[in-house]
Amino acid sequence: MGESYSAFLYLIASICFIMALKGLSSPDTARHGNYFGIAGMVIAVLTTLATPQVVSFWLIIAGLVIGGAVGTFIARQIQMTALPQLVAAFHSLVGLAAVCVACAAFAAPEDYGIGVRGNIEGASLVEMALGLTIGAITFTGSVVAFAKLQGLVSGAPLVFKGQHLLNALLGAGLILLIVLFVMTEATPVFVLLVLLSLAFGFLLILPIGGADMPVVISMLNSYSGWAAAGIGFTLSNSLLIITGALVGSSGAILSYVMCKGMNRSIFNVILGGFGTEGGAAAAGPGVGDRMVKSGSAEDAAFILKNAGSVIIVPGYGMAVAQAQHSLKAMADLLKKDGVKVSYAIHPVAGRMPGHMNVLLAEANVPYDDVKELDEINREFSSTDVAFVIGANDVTNPAAKTDPSSAIYGMPILDVENAKTVLFVKRSMASGYAGVENELFFRDNTMMLFGDAKKMCDDIIKALE
Amino acid sequence: MADPASLAQTAGELAGNAHDLAQRLDALARQLTAVHTQAAHAGTPFVFELTVFALAVFVGYYVVWRVTPALHSPLMSVTNAVSSVIIVGALIAAGPPGISFAKIMGFIAVTLAAVNIFGGFIVTQRMLQMFQRKK
Repeated sequence: MGESYSAFLYLIASICFIMALKGLSSPDTARHGNYFGIAGMVIAVLTTLATPQVVSFWLIIAGLVIGGAVGTFIARQIQMTALPQLVAAFHSLVGLAAVCVACAAFAAPEDYGIGVRGNIEGASLVEMALGLTIGAITFTGSVVAFAKLQGLVSGAPLVFKGQHLLNALLGAGLILLIVLFVMTEATPVFVLLVLLSLAFGFLLILPIGGADMPVVISMLNSYSGWAAAGIGFTLSNSLLIITGALVGSSGAILSYVMCKGMNRSIFNVILGGFGTEGGAAAAGPGVGDRMVKSGSAEDAAFILKNAGSVIIVPGYGMAVAQAQHSLKAMADLLKKDGVKVSYAIHPVAGRMPGHMNVLLAEANVPYDDVKELDEINREFSSTDVAFVIGANDVTNPAAKTDPSSAIYGMPILDVENAKTVLFVKRSMASGYAGVENELFFRDNTMMLFGDAKKMCDDIIKALE
Repeated sequence: MADPASLAQTAGELAGNAHDLAQRLDALARQLTAVHTQAAHAGTPFVFELTVFALAVFVGYYVVWRVTPALHSPLMSVTNAVSSVIIVGALIAAGPPGISFAKIMGFIAVTLAAVNIFGGFIVTQRMLQMFQRKK
């Protein structure tokens, strides 16, 4: 196939990818968008297979079959609560693939038309080094993120003395190595660059705590895009450049949205260490010296049944307890009794952007009932019951009133304005920010201690 | 005072100069157009790629801001699948005859990217299926 033909087909594939993202502007068009994405990918792969350089197919077919089977199997088996770690794992694969392609381009530049071994064009070398570095950082960074989300290592931030200094030195070392590589094109420098980038990605994510994962995942999403763009520059392939830029900016926007949802700067997140003291430190006091009103499932059922309107505020605790189906069943019973039920989602609820929405959708909650913070926050004051299940910090009024609080300035859901607040929690432990929630001690608050799923089931029993 | 003869001579010289200048200007203009068309056609490849990149970043920016927050998870998984288009580079590495280091690298990258492509699109589809309007 001629070069302008393939360039044209690559353009069509790029447009398909843009349409795939555009489809996501509404749930009604989203599935069409996904088909566009698949079509774009098929066009891209077939076009590449038809280029004259590709003559031997057995390894390619083997790779596609093995990879395709593994990917299909995982995607079909995965539970929706495990979505964040799945996405992190997938990001790591993109990163590693970028590293492999950079290695191949370095070893056999003539295949890509960017010069011959030992005499690769200068611009291509810069781009190759960038694609390689970002790819390697994405790879190890995502592996750490995956391990934290999967619970293989503690979600707590791992900080040690001199960490920032070490990272700064590594970063400077990377830049130096890139310059050196572009000047010498030496294999040892290339290998060193790979190793250092891998170490850097590892150390970069290590200090970031589990609750900051929405930002981290978005950031790694962005990196995987920039890595693809870097490889695209190396190979002078517009499709890769366009797609990389799309994915890169998408991830960057999501990171921004998540940071804003926590009122933190991206630098603050990257530097890490947030919530170091963890729940334990602040969990001690509270129960002993201050009174909380705790109730049973029957009490909750009584209050809910007699309410005119209920807003449910789900958080990560609901995901951990897999309580979404029971919650939906409970909401259905209430609706049957004529109670108006809606759901309020905080931007950083869960462990990845939009995580709660997916879990509720999985439980067949109609998405028109699910509201974002800006849409619903004013309605709390005219609501009878706020039912907070597995969320804590995102409801803490200290974010508005206490300038010394770690979460001061974070936008919160104003559940305190509801006539009654029901908190489903396992214990009095504070949230990840390590901040006491004074809402627990208010007169109109009732604590429902227990596992989120079990509590919902018990409330259902009491309602029936 | 200058005599008419020398005046005429100066005038003649000036006219000659002007003609010369006009000719050189013409040549310059022609050169300029040549350079211009060249720049418009190609520039350096890097500048062209950078143009594509910058425009794509803007497209991404505007398209992604319009994505409804409820669909941020599918957005992430679909961008993940789409970024595996890096497979294009991997296919070229795995394509040549014989066995080489580059080819092995290409094979690994094809496999990894394939996991991502199939996994990413399928999991996105699963999620979007849940967001269907309930009848």
